[in-house]
Amino acid sequence: MDIYRAHVLVCGGTGCSSSGSAMLIDRFNEKIAENGLDREVKVIRTGCFGLCEAGPVVIVYPDGTFYSRVKVENVDEIVTEHLLKGRKVEHLVYTDHATHEQNANKALEDINFYKHQHRIALRNCGVIDPENIDEYLAMDGYRALEKALTKMTREEVIDEILKSGLRGRGGGGFPTGLKWKFTYNSQADQKYVACNADEGDPGAFMDRSILEGDPHAIIEAMAIAGYAIGASEGYIYVRAEYPIAVKRLNIAIAQAREYGLLGKNIFETGFDFDLFVRLGAGAFVCGEETALMHSIEGGRGEPTTRPPFPAVKGLFGKPTMLNNVETYANVAQIILHGAEWYASMGTEKSKGTKVFALGGKINNTGLVEVPMGTTLRTIIYEVGGGCPNGKKFKAVQTGGPSGGCLPESLLDTPVDYDNLIQAGSMMGSGGMIVMDEDNCMVDIARFYLDFIVDESCGKCTPCRVGTKRMLEILNRIVKGQGKEGDIEKLEELAQTIKSTALCGLGQTAPNPVLSTLHFFRDEYEAHIREKRCPAHHCQALLQYFITDKCRGCTACARVCPAGAITGEVKKQHKIDPEKCLKCGACMEKCRFGAIIKT
Amino acid sequence: MKSLAELEAIRKATLSKINLRTEEKGETTRIVIGMATCGIAAGARPVMLSFVDEVQKRQLNHVTVSQTGCVGMCRLEPMVDVYVPGQEKVTYVHVKPEMVPRIVAEHVVNGRPVQEYTIGAAEDK
Repeated sequence: MDIYRAHVLVCGGTGCSSSGSAMLIDRFNEKIAENGLDREVKVIRTGCFGLCEAGPVVIVYPDGTFYSRVKVENVDEIVTEHLLKGRKVEHLVYTDHATHEQNANKALEDINFYKHQHRIALRNCGVIDPENIDEYLAMDGYRALEKALTKMTREEVIDEILKSGLRGRGGGGFPTGLKWKFTYNSQADQKYVACNADEGDPGAFMDRSILEGDPHAIIEAMAIAGYAIGASEGYIYVRAEYPIAVKRLNIAIAQAREYGLLGKNIFETGFDFDLFVRLGAGAFVCGEETALMHSIEGGRGEPTTRPPFPAVKGLFGKPTMLNNVETYANVAQIILHGAEWYASMGTEKSKGTKVFALGGKINNTGLVEVPMGTTLRTIIYEVGGGCPNGKKFKAVQTGGPSGGCLPESLLDTPVDYDNLIQAGSMMGSGGMIVMDEDNCMVDIARFYLDFIVDESCGKCTPCRVGTKRMLEILNRIVKGQGKEGDIEKLEELAQTIKSTALCGLGQTAPNPVLSTLHFFRDEYEAHIREKRCPAHHCQALLQYFITDKCRGCTACARVCPAGAITGEVKKQHKIDPEKCLKCGACMEKCRFGAIIKT
Repeated sequence: MKSLAELEAIRKATLSKINLRTEEKGETTRIVIGMATCGIAAGARPVMLSFVDEVQKRQLNHVTVSQTGCVGMCRLEPMVDVYVPGQEKVTYVHVKPEMVPRIVAEHVVNGRPVQEYTIGAAEDK
C-alpha cells in the first residue's frame, strides 16, 4: 500500500451494503481512474460508522467531509468536484436532523451524533479497513496481546480485567474478571474460550458491527483470554445471517495465522492458541450459553440447567469461558491502557462504555457508544435526534425480548445495569427501540411475546405452553375481545413463567408484558373495557368516519375495496362499519381531510 | 510468522499510510496545494505527486498532503502552504517538482522554511 493524499472511506457494514455501498465503491474506483487520480486517492471499504440512518455513508479524508445518502449517480460529482478540484459537494454533506446544520466545516467528532459518544468497543469501526491486518496493527493492534504474553503473568491479566470493573455486555452483566478467574481455577487437561456472537434480539446489531468493522479486536481479546485461563483453543459462534461478519472474521483469522498471531508458540513465548468459527442457524435460544455450547458440539440447541456452570463443565465437557463480542472488544484496550483508565469511565457499579443499537421511531437510526451513566434522554434526544415528524415520544424498549418499556418519566435515568433493572427493564445486549404516540403498547408486548413463542425451544413447559397462553390472551385483547380478568391472568402466568422456566430466556420472557402492564396499564384497560386503542393502532378497534368536510367527490368510494362507502355526488358520504375492512385506503385518498379514525 | 520487530515495522509503515484518517489535528504538519483550475493549469498536479512521493520516501507519519481551491493569486500558482504546528504558515509560490525535496527536507523535517521559494521572496523581486 502506498501513500495517498486522500482516502475515500465507504461504509461496508450491513446497513450501508444493503443500500448499495458496494456499487459506490466500484463507481468511485472507476471514476477516480478515469480522472487520473488513482495514484492520489484511495478508496477503502470500512466497517459501520454507526449512522446507518444516513447511509450509504462516505467520508473523505484528510478533511473528514461526511457525505450521507450517497447514490451511484452522485459519485461522479464527488470525484470531479471534491477530489479533483477540492470543492466539497455541499448538497450531499450530512445535515443534522435536530439543528439542520451541515457539517461542511465541522470535524466529524463535532456532529451531534458523535459529540456525546466515547468509542472504545467501536474505536476502529469506520476508521480502518477490516480486511487488512496491517491497518489494525497500525492502530496499536495486537500490542495488548504482546504485553500480556511477554510482560504479564496469567494472574496479572485476570486481575487487570477484574479491577477494570468490566461486566458482561451480552446482557446479564456478570463481572467478566470473575468469570475468567473461575475458569482459571478449574483444573482440566483442556480448556476453551468461546465468543457468543449469536446476536438474536430484534433490533440489536452491535456485535455484527464490531465483527464487520474490527474483527481482529475479537481475535486478539480471545487470545488474551486463552492465555489468562489456560486455553489453547477458541470458538466463535456467529449466526449464519451475518454473512459479511463471517467473511471478514474468516479473512482476519487467516491473516492472524499467517502473521503468527494465532497458532503455535505465539511471540516465541510457548503459548499456543487457535480459533475456529462455528455458524449458528439463527435460533434465538442459542444465545443462551448452555444451548450455544450444545450447538457448537453439534447437538440440539437446547439449554440445560446450571450448575454445572460452563466455567466448570462447558464445551465438550471441559471448562469453558464464554463472553459476548462486545465484552471482548473492550479487553485489549483495558490491557493496553490499564484497569484504572477503564474504571474511570461509567458509574459506580457499571464501568466503561456501552454500545446501543438505536432503532424504531428515532431520527438517527444506528449504533452509538456512550459512557455508562449517560441518561436515556441524552441518548435519545442528543445522540438519536429525537422522534421523527415531530411526534411525541412515548416509550423506549431496552433489553430486547427480555427487557421492558420505559416511559417518558424515566428518561432521566442514567443508563447502567442496575438502574435499568430497578426501573423495570434491563440492559440486555443493547438494543434500544424508541416508540412514539402512534405505537400501541399492548401490541408491542404482543409483538415480543409472538417472537418468544416462535423462538421458544420447547424443552420446558412454562416457556413452551405458558408464553403461548399469554400470547392468546394478548391476541384477544388487541382484537377487541378482551375480558375482565385478562390482566390478572396475564400477571399470574407471567409470575409463574418467571419463577419456573428452565433458562434465562424463559425466565425473562414475560418482561415486556409486565413492564407495559406496569407503566401503561391504562392502555390495556382501554382495550378491554372500552374496546378502544388509544394509539389508534390496533386495526380491529379502529372506526373510520366521514365528517362534514366531505365535498362528495366520490374518490373514497371508488378506492374502497369493500364497497363500504356510499353517497351521492357532491353530498357527504357514509362508511358502513359492517362492511369496512379498516384498511385506511379512503383516508389516504381523501384530499379534504374529511375522513378520521378513532 | 512475524517477529515482534517485524510487527513493529508493519505498524510504523502502515500508520504513515493511514495517519490522515487518525492523526490528532493539532500535531500534524499539513502541506496544502492550491489545485483550482489556475493551479492545475500551472502544473500543480505533478507538484502534489512529488510531495506525496517525498513524504512516502521519508516515512513522515505526521504529515498530510491535501489540496485546496484558489486563493486569488493565480499568477503565483502553483502555490503551496505548509503548516507546521506551532509555527506560522509559510506560502511557497511558483513551485516546481524539483523544488519539492528541498522544501520537505529543510522545512517539513528540520523546521527551516526555504526562504528563497516563499511568497515574500517572490514579492521582493
